[in-house]
Amino acid sequence: MTTTTAFKEPVRHTTPGAAAREPRRRTGRLRRVSLPYLLLLPALLLELLVHLVPMVIGIVMSFKELTQFYIRDWSTAPWSGLGNYKVSVDFDAPVGQALLHSFYVTVGFTLLSVGLCWLIGTAAAVFMQDTFRGRGLLRALFLVPYALPVYAAVITWVFMFQHDNGLVNHVLHDQLHLTGKPSFWLIGDNSFYALLTVSVWKGWPFAFLIVMAGLQNIPRELYEAAALDGAGMWQQIRRITLPSLRPVNQVLVLVLFLWTFNDFNTPYVLFGRSAPEAADLISVHIYQASFVTWNFGTGSAMSVLLLLFLLVVTGVYLLFTSRGRRASADV
Amino acid sequence: MRSIRAAATGAVTLSLVLAATACGGGSSSGGGSNDSPKTLTYWASNQGASIAVDQQVLQPELDKFQKQTGIKVKLEVVPWTDLLNRILTATTSGQGPDVLNIGNSWSASLQATGALLPWDTGNFAKIGGKDRFVDSALGSTGAAGKDPAAVPLYSMAYALYYNKKIFADAGIGQPPATWDELVADGKKIQARGKSALGAEGSNPSENIHHVFVFAKQRGADFFTADGKPDFTDPKVVDAVKSYVDLMAKDKVIPTGDAEYAQNQSVSDFAKGKQAMLLWQSASANLKSQGMSEDAYGIAPVPVISGTPGPGTQVDSMVAGINLAVFKNTHNLDGATKFVKFMTSDEEQKVLNKAYSTIPPVKSAQADPAFSTPANTVLKNTFTTSAAALPQVASESQFETAVGTAVKDLFADAAAGRAVTTDSVKAALQKAQQQMPAA
Repeated sequence: MTTTTAFKEPVRHTTPGAAAREPRRRTGRLRRVSLPYLLLLPALLLELLVHLVPMVIGIVMSFKELTQFYIRDWSTAPWSGLGNYKVSVDFDAPVGQALLHSFYVTVGFTLLSVGLCWLIGTAAAVFMQDTFRGRGLLRALFLVPYALPVYAAVITWVFMFQHDNGLVNHVLHDQLHLTGKPSFWLIGDNSFYALLTVSVWKGWPFAFLIVMAGLQNIPRELYEAAALDGAGMWQQIRRITLPSLRPVNQVLVLVLFLWTFNDFNTPYVLFGRSAPEAADLISVHIYQASFVTWNFGTGSAMSVLLLLFLLVVTGVYLLFTSRGRRASADV
Repeated sequence: MRSIRAAATGAVTLSLVLAATACGGGSSSGGGSNDSPKTLTYWASNQGASIAVDQQVLQPELDKFQKQTGIKVKLEVVPWTDLLNRILTATTSGQGPDVLNIGNSWSASLQATGALLPWDTGNFAKIGGKDRFVDSALGSTGAAGKDPAAVPLYSMAYALYYNKKIFADAGIGQPPATWDELVADGKKIQARGKSALGAEGSNPSENIHHVFVFAKQRGADFFTADGKPDFTDPKVVDAVKSYVDLMAKDKVIPTGDAEYAQNQSVSDFAKGKQAMLLWQSASANLKSQGMSEDAYGIAPVPVISGTPGPGTQVDSMVAGINLAVFKNTHNLDGATKFVKFMTSDEEQKVLNKAYSTIPPVKSAQADPAFSTPANTVLKNTFTTSAAALPQVASESQFETAVGTAVKDLFADAAAGRAVTTDSVKAALQKAQQQMPAA
């Protein structure tokens, strides 16, 4: 460990050699100071390459008229200024209208999906808190949807939602007689509920996992003390469990929100490249606007708008929740 | 200390090299070259019942080519769901195959990107000349007045496949020749508990192929002569409505078919659940699903009245696969040789027999294998009563926009909602507004 001994060296000398030694020591210090940055450099460069460069290219693309005539050499595509953005946010014209509709559908879908995922996940985690026979088995079972590969899981749902031979119609219509005739789940208005079902089924185990981990940190004494004071189960949940889970929930809800809002795989596997209007999520909508109509400029502009929206939502959310937390910490 | 510094330097160098190579890809905007004369990469479309079937069909022929020329062809069979995206990606990056199959209706769209080698007279001369090919097949190789973007490889046409036993049980002697007859026969079939006609309601491309023919039979086109979309023409609206009415009003297509997009209607037909199927060159597919060739008959697709022919008597699109050379190829001579090989009489016979398609090469068509009753129907349709889909740059957008509109209309019909002239017109208007302004 030459570094530590170098610091202990007596510094003040008036010998003739001192002037010559000074620059050498300076380069040594420079080296010491710069080494961590040098070591960070590869990671930094790769980070630039993997994250920032594609993002910047995407933003540049959004200012170009990048249609099929230019994709072969997209440096020749003419600049369109804010043209792509104007088209995307012109809500009186069909493209803007469709984007706005897709945005509303996505917001509604995300709120419902995140809400249900959180509710089911938290409820299950609370019920699993006490030890009982078969708890480990149930926990493992609950995590299955989260562990399955997305494609395999969703394609199974596609089979179950089929009109003619699907399991869902078999149960709802043939066995329980809840519907007058078999319903369509993959086309038309019901597709929204089909999408929501799959999304919640796929998402709640994550909420369950995180909340379960959060519950381990709540001291049991709190519950015992509350029970002695006569608090029932519901009061214990409201007064102890939920406030203690607050920091966990803050992150959990944000992550679920971002994942659900941007989810591409579920709707794409469920409905293919042209999603029904009722389940036209924004990620698939943007994919369609760029890949299916070969207009990559407009697609990029929509992506940038989506990025800005999510940044704002995340920023506001963090601001509010951490201020709330700080306030409660002060009390 | 020294070893840490060495490691750090190494890591930095490595990441710089990585960065440089990753950025160094991309387009070389020039034409093809002959840098690697000994190899070719070939993207084949999925023509057989599965990708494995295609590999079994194509590999022996590629070996034959290698024996003749010494050029090794690396084969990749690309599923239809991925093919267009893969081609677009290859076009954008400049890194793609040397030779590739394209759906013939994409010819004009891909031609507009400039990614494919134009087949001018000089290039055609290298493969034996343009007049070796059937005219109708050449009609679907790119925009009029431009050098073709590809050459025809396999030709297909739509036909009416009908289950002989179900027809006999329902007391129907002849396959229907007009749509009215088809609806009447459909009622008789339904009375005996079978479904009448199949459709792939959620598959935009299938929808387009049918509404295109319905429009032709009404003397209408989806595009004006100068290539502008004209989807709300009353005749076009009538055509789309009439096709959807096969489910909504005439009820010969079961409502369940509205969500079909994975060729389930072919399976329903092969299993004997459904009496009729409008499909292109289905024989190989039906055989692989276990339906014997004696069990079904093949007839021309119905028309409004009279018999199939040109003009309003059109009863199929010019369906087929074209073979294209990627402009950025590193083996231009080899690629041309390969196209010549694949369109030679001998290979045309072998491949088209394997895929139950019709050779677009005149001299190969003469082979007796293409004159069986089934193939005669397809061949006649292809040469006399098939029309090419619009050869415009925005063709692929048209397929998506209108195909999706028809899908949504089928969804309405399936849900029991009324499909009216107004609702059809509104759907088509929306589709038209999504088209590129050019």
